[in-house]
Amino acid sequence: MCGNIPQKVGKMILSAENIKKSYGGREILKGISLSIAKGELKVLIGPSGAGKSTLLQCLNFLVMPDEGDVWLEGKKVNHAKKRDLYAFRQQVGMIFQDFNLFDHLSALENVKIGLVRVRGMDKKAATERAMAELERVGLSNHADHYPAQLSGGQKQRVSIARALAMDPKVMLLDEPTSALDPELIGEVLAVVRDLVANGMTMIMATHQIGFSRAMADEIIFMENGLIVEQGPPLKILSNADCERTREFCSRVTDLYGEAERA
Amino acid sequence: MELLSFLQTEVFPALFKGFKVSLLLIVPSAVLGLCVGIVVGTARVYGNRTLSALANAFVTLFRGVPLVVQLFFWYFGLPYVGIYLSPVAASILGFSLCSGAYHSEYIRGALLSIKTGQMLAAQALGFSKMQMIVSVILPQAMRRALPGCGNEIIYLIKYSSLAYMITCIEMTGEAKVLASHSFRYTEVFLAVGACYLLIVSVASWVLQRVEDRFRIPGFEHRKV
Amino acid sequence: MHESIATVISALPYMLEGALVTIVVVLGAMLFGLALGVPLAVGQVYGGRVLKRLIGFYVWFFRGVPLLVLLFLFYFGFCNLVGLNLSAFAVAIIVLGLISSAYQSQIFRGAILSLPAGQFNAARALGMSDSRTILSIILPQALRLSIPGWSNEYSIVLKDSAVTFALGVAEIMARTHFVASRTYQHLPLYLAAGLIYLALTYFGIKGLRILEQKVRIHGYVR
Ligand SMILES: Nc1ncnc2c1ncn2[C@@H]1O[C@H](COP(=O)(O)OP(=O)(O)OP(=O)(O)O)[C@@H](O)[C@H]1O
Ligand SMILES: [Mg+2]
Repeated sequence: MCGNIPQKVGKMILSAENIKKSYGGREILKGISLSIAKGELKVLIGPSGAGKSTLLQCLNFLVMPDEGDVWLEGKKVNHAKKRDLYAFRQQVGMIFQDFNLFDHLSALENVKIGLVRVRGMDKKAATERAMAELERVGLSNHADHYPAQLSGGQKQRVSIARALAMDPKVMLLDEPTSALDPELIGEVLAVVRDLVANGMTMIMATHQIGFSRAMADEIIFMENGLIVEQGPPLKILSNADCERTREFCSRVTDLYGEAERA
Repeated sequence: MELLSFLQTEVFPALFKGFKVSLLLIVPSAVLGLCVGIVVGTARVYGNRTLSALANAFVTLFRGVPLVVQLFFWYFGLPYVGIYLSPVAASILGFSLCSGAYHSEYIRGALLSIKTGQMLAAQALGFSKMQMIVSVILPQAMRRALPGCGNEIIYLIKYSSLAYMITCIEMTGEAKVLASHSFRYTEVFLAVGACYLLIVSVASWVLQRVEDRFRIPGFEHRKV
Repeated sequence: MHESIATVISALPYMLEGALVTIVVVLGAMLFGLALGVPLAVGQVYGGRVLKRLIGFYVWFFRGVPLLVLLFLFYFGFCNLVGLNLSAFAVAIIVLGLISSAYQSQIFRGAILSLPAGQFNAARALGMSDSRTILSIILPQALRLSIPGWSNEYSIVLKDSAVTFALGVAEIMARTHFVASRTYQHLPLYLAAGLIYLALTYFGIKGLRILEQKVRIHGYVR
């Protein structure tokens, strides 16, 4: 690893220490530690297969890490205990690359179901809350559309509304725009930008370099299951310490730099 | 101990006797049924309007009416027009036509799944319609249809027990006779059930082998 | 010719009463099969190794033994063995239902497995428990996808119900045979019975098609 490891400062919302994960003898994550403070946006970059998705899914235990621990607001998550695990996941929103909306539920019901079924809210309050979240992502007029009747960008915005409705303390976004046509990327990034402005804490894997440069507090470059380098966007993107980081960044900037302009 | 000797001296000899009759029903019915299925399935896809309509009507009728009704029709009904069939003949006729109708479904689906480009290519090479069907389409379609048709043969094995209902004393029939004489229903029917399980399992194993044997790389059966 | 038509017409009300019995047997068996089949499917997909094995054995057994043998085994064998005095009608529903549960479980299992894994992950990410996810997210989708398989299963159970005649259940087939052996008009009577079965198949499948449309998810194609 090159560069200096940032010292742990202030009160961290979410931290992970020494996360390891292997699949069939192959080590996908080789001991990853990171932490994020309130209101920060951290961007994960790295080549395909680096382990970004695996890391994000380890953070909320959708994938069980072989080793390592996760803390939420200074409290270690006891993932062996189901109740604690479910309670923890409610506080960590997750956005998937392929949306994963529930296909049998309308947009509104997708946002509502977590409120009703997980938080036990009564139906009327849940409907109001869900409508408010759909409003926030600009989709209140699509409330009764089913996933199959929405565009990719709209689906992703519904999935963001679904996560937001649970009042998460932190959100994990796994390449939220990479399944989208170029002209739909902007509408989703606009919603994410809005979240940043409102102080949402987020970890996001993305290839949207321009967006990261403008919005991220820190960029983390991962490769082969390890964090190679992390630091402020300007440094990582234009003046990285590591040869590998520079190489990757210049390649990605060439590839994606123009398409976005978010 | 006593159970063991009952099984040895009474149940197994009876079941073996019945098994031979069952085999006599199953094997010809499977072969004939497959032939019926190929002819009917091909007619449904490539036949002219009348032929494919007839074939479709055949399938609707023979898939829609319970096999028992069909068997009774052949065995008890045909004498009405002066045709007398033995229980074995009536069973084989009933099984072949019914399972042929089911086979034709799989064969039809398989034929339809062959890309039209291949037919154009065959026609461009100067194949006649018949040559094309026999040497290009059917060899591919049969592979695609194999899992479904294999399943149908498994069904045939189980449904061959219905021959007993038109007085053909095959394996189930022997079991019924023995059970009513000895009053040991549970033991006898469990034994005959185990025999069917064995036959069905062996048959599926063989069919799986056949499927593997004819597998073409990258030519997987498309799941519906 | 004339005589046979007259026989069929006079026997028709009696045979149609049998159709009612057939319908009750089929519906009973299918509902029983559904009630058993859903938990079996869930267990086979999400259960532990031992549970999967057990369910696998159950399915193998009920799919491998002929219906007629099972009917005899339960009616003459098990019922006597445990001193249970069940009517042929009840045994017919139970046995057809047990067999159907084995087949239905495979329909549901296929449907569950065909759902994208993301559905489960998204629900877990919201903090749903596994059982809640299965109830609220997986089953509503899987059951919808199962309706075509279900209508197939319906026509199989309907046809299988004719075999219960062997126990003396007074359904279509038994009544047809009863009339036929009295009037010696076998051929026209079995033809008529065949037509009744065709009609029942047709209307049942039509009904399920309507159900499928009713619960259809908008814009959802597969
Ligand atoms: N369930 C699994 N079983 C086996 N291997 C897996 C599994 N999930 C991921 N992997 C492997 O782990 C590695 C990292 O995968 P991951 O999806 O985390 O990468 P990524 O950085 O998100 O890549 P991308 O940019 O393509 O999304 C890959 O080599 C992948 O093949
Ligand atoms: Mg990924």
